[in-house]
Amino acid sequence: MTVPIEHGFVLVALLWAIGLVGLLSRKNTLFMLMSMEIMLNAGALAFILAGSLWQQADGQVIYILILSIAAAEVGLGLALLIRLRQHIGDLDIDKLDEMKG
Amino acid sequence: MQNLLVLVPLLPLLSSLILLLLAGRLSPLLVALLGVGSMGLAAILTLLIGIEFIGLGGESFQQVLFNWLPIAGAPINFGLHLDQLSLVMMSVITGVGWMIHWYAAAYMFEDKDVQRFFVYMNLFVFAMLMLVLGDSLVLLYLGWEGVGLCSFLLIGFWQHKADNVVASKKAFIVTRVGDTAMMIGLLILFSEYGSLHINTIVESTTHVSQSNLWLACILLVGGAVGKSAQLPLQTWLPDAMAGPTPVSALIHAATMVTAGVYLIARMHPLFLQVEGILNLVAWIGVLTLVLAGVAALAQSDIKRILAYSTMSQIGYMFLGLGALAFDAAIFHLMTHAFFKALLFLTAGSIILKMHHQQDIFKMGGLFRSLPLTSTFLLIGLLALVAFPGSSGFFSKEAILAATYQAHTAGPTLWWIGVLGAFLTSLYSFRLLFIVCFGPANHDLKEADYKPTSQLVVPLLPLVTLAVIGGFISLDFSLVFGPANHPHLPLWIEWMPVAVALLGFILAWFLYFPRQSMQASSSVINNFCRDGLGFDWLYEQLFTKPLQLFARINKGDVIDHFYHFVGWFNFSLNEVLVISQNGKLRWYLFGTLAGCALMLGGLILWR
Amino acid sequence: MSAQILFYISGSIAILASLFVVTNKNAVHALLYLVVSLLALAMCFYLLGAPFAAALQIIVYAGAIMVLFVFAVMIFNINQTDIDREKHWLTWQSWVGPSLLVMVLLAEIVFVILSNQNWSTNPSSAVQIELVDARAVGTLLFGPYLLAVEIASFLLLAGLVGGYHLAKELPKRTTKDGGR
Repeated sequence: MTVPIEHGFVLVALLWAIGLVGLLSRKNTLFMLMSMEIMLNAGALAFILAGSLWQQADGQVIYILILSIAAAEVGLGLALLIRLRQHIGDLDIDKLDEMKG
Repeated sequence: MQNLLVLVPLLPLLSSLILLLLAGRLSPLLVALLGVGSMGLAAILTLLIGIEFIGLGGESFQQVLFNWLPIAGAPINFGLHLDQLSLVMMSVITGVGWMIHWYAAAYMFEDKDVQRFFVYMNLFVFAMLMLVLGDSLVLLYLGWEGVGLCSFLLIGFWQHKADNVVASKKAFIVTRVGDTAMMIGLLILFSEYGSLHINTIVESTTHVSQSNLWLACILLVGGAVGKSAQLPLQTWLPDAMAGPTPVSALIHAATMVTAGVYLIARMHPLFLQVEGILNLVAWIGVLTLVLAGVAALAQSDIKRILAYSTMSQIGYMFLGLGALAFDAAIFHLMTHAFFKALLFLTAGSIILKMHHQQDIFKMGGLFRSLPLTSTFLLIGLLALVAFPGSSGFFSKEAILAATYQAHTAGPTLWWIGVLGAFLTSLYSFRLLFIVCFGPANHDLKEADYKPTSQLVVPLLPLVTLAVIGGFISLDFSLVFGPANHPHLPLWIEWMPVAVALLGFILAWFLYFPRQSMQASSSVINNFCRDGLGFDWLYEQLFTKPLQLFARINKGDVIDHFYHFVGWFNFSLNEVLVISQNGKLRWYLFGTLAGCALMLGGLILWR
Repeated sequence: MSAQILFYISGSIAILASLFVVTNKNAVHALLYLVVSLLALAMCFYLLGAPFAAALQIIVYAGAIMVLFVFAVMIFNINQTDIDREKHWLTWQSWVGPSLLVMVLLAEIVFVILSNQNWSTNPSSAVQIELVDARAVGTLLFGPYLLAVEIASFLLLAGLVGGYHLAKELPKRTTKDGGR
């Protein structure tokens, strides 16, 4: 069972890039949150790859920590979205520009 | 008892500090009790010290409190010096000051800032006492500046009126010219004598070059002229009447404006060493007294008339100083403090009763509605015109007699002084006739006049002193040397009285109101009313060129540099504000662009 | 060899599904694609010798976290107007700038990945994948990483409290004038 490890990292980079494009170009905050999930997953994949590269369990441990961070982030993020929906009707992130100079 | 001398200036200072620290916490009654009570204690203490002092034969008394400025070789002590001259000054300040404080307590009782008023007044008394009691010129200068500050604060006391603020600024700046001259004079004296202790300087036997001494003396005269509102720095005094009337009575009539007279009298041994300087002092005095007399004739504001009259009387004191009659000048200073304080306080009563109307042409007929106050006014004016037997008579007579004989003055100055006496009589009776006689030119009811006892009681000692003050015999033999009593022809002694009578008769014909009086508005009258055009002259000579210079100097090179710094920062701010647009995605974009650049750089230059 | 092909297939699925997530206009469809992407990644994890992580990915990520998303979308009550508005927002111009920037970044990262030949101690680029089982993970997690686990639990608690607080009904005053 062999996989060229560089290809795995290229996959990581691609997934991260897709998530980033979504984060930058979507106005809807819900989609931005999903894009961030993709980016988090890319990061998780990178740790799993590294773990299997050195035959260590540490990669998976870090994966579990990333999982808990993702859970907390999604919980808070969605709560914020609910409040945002009450505030501005839609979820347009560009409407939240009150902190301008 | 003399060891308690320090308490005399300390009491007003303590009261001032207490009032300052408890600002807004005391009821007006407590404020008045503290402000007036401290003055009363100081006055009683002065009386006791004075009795003991005279009982001991008038030997001068020193009290060194502590070493103030420990300069090597010439340490300046915080010391008090009591002699015959400073005793008289101290008595006038505390005695007349007490009466005026008492009156002011009633006058200002309704004012919401009465506490601030008494802070300033007590502080003024402290500074004035330091001026006359200080044993060194530094301490004298401390008091000198202190009274200047208090004068500034009190002229602008009702600071919400723009005119008052302008007047206070004018007084401060004009006297500052004199103060600066005096400061330079003090430094010259210090460099010549190596000390600023008054006795050291006065009794010094060091040979000092005539030109340096002349310079120091002329600068001291400059300071005296500024503080005492003499030619050519006289323009501030009439405007200073913007302050509350008790302030005018205390500061701008009885005490502070006579500080210049005190200074010259205190430093007279120096002046005696310099040829011609006392002639100058005499000429300054005599010119000021005629000029102020003419200006007083054209005024319609009761307080401004009295202000010009003050200026004129101080002119007499300067004449006396110039004519070597130092004792007569101080004598006149004392009697003038009595009757001019009385005049100002009666004027204050009249103004209060007329609901702050100060125009004499809108008064009229006050003898019927305010008999007591009008009588006081009459007594004060009689003393002012040197009615035989009144206090002013003796002092003015002494000055004029000395003038005729002195080698520094002479008959010419005497004749001008007599002309001044005539003018004094003319404007005094003009004031009296227009204010007190004739039909009433106001629409206030009889019922509006309510003399309160607190406004009358303090006047009684002043009235008494204005009448009999001339019989107080002052002994200055230890300060000014033995007094010489000139024996002159009878006509010279009675000439001032004759011209005063002439002035009365002329005033009767010119000003006794047969019908409603109107202020004349001729060109000459306006010219005189504005103080003979001195304000205009100074505006053209000093203010306008300075303003022009300031305008030219405004846009210099250094300013351009600092304007550029300001402009650059503002522009940078405007540019950076564009990037700070609050849009989260822009920030993210910028961050990532930065990452891309750094990563690219890392790859290229690894 | 078949495992390698499976890895490439599941990787491609993950990329494709992610692309659909990013470009989709309907939030519910996007969510389903996200689930597909997560499942494909779970497959990758399994192939890389981490079956425990793969199981967690399915149970926790695709299961629990996505359910959170679904609930949120339910609360938002997505309808046709939201989809139309999404169409209105997603013009081609909005894609150009981010795509170009990310292309540059991606190129740089891929260049860095491919130019580095020292991925492991052995010189061959292909690694023999060994299975790392749940026992090893658990031993490590509750051994040296115990503190990290505790911190993570605090983080989750904070997320719980914060989520509860933020999602509460707004006070009447602020809802009336739009929260300003």
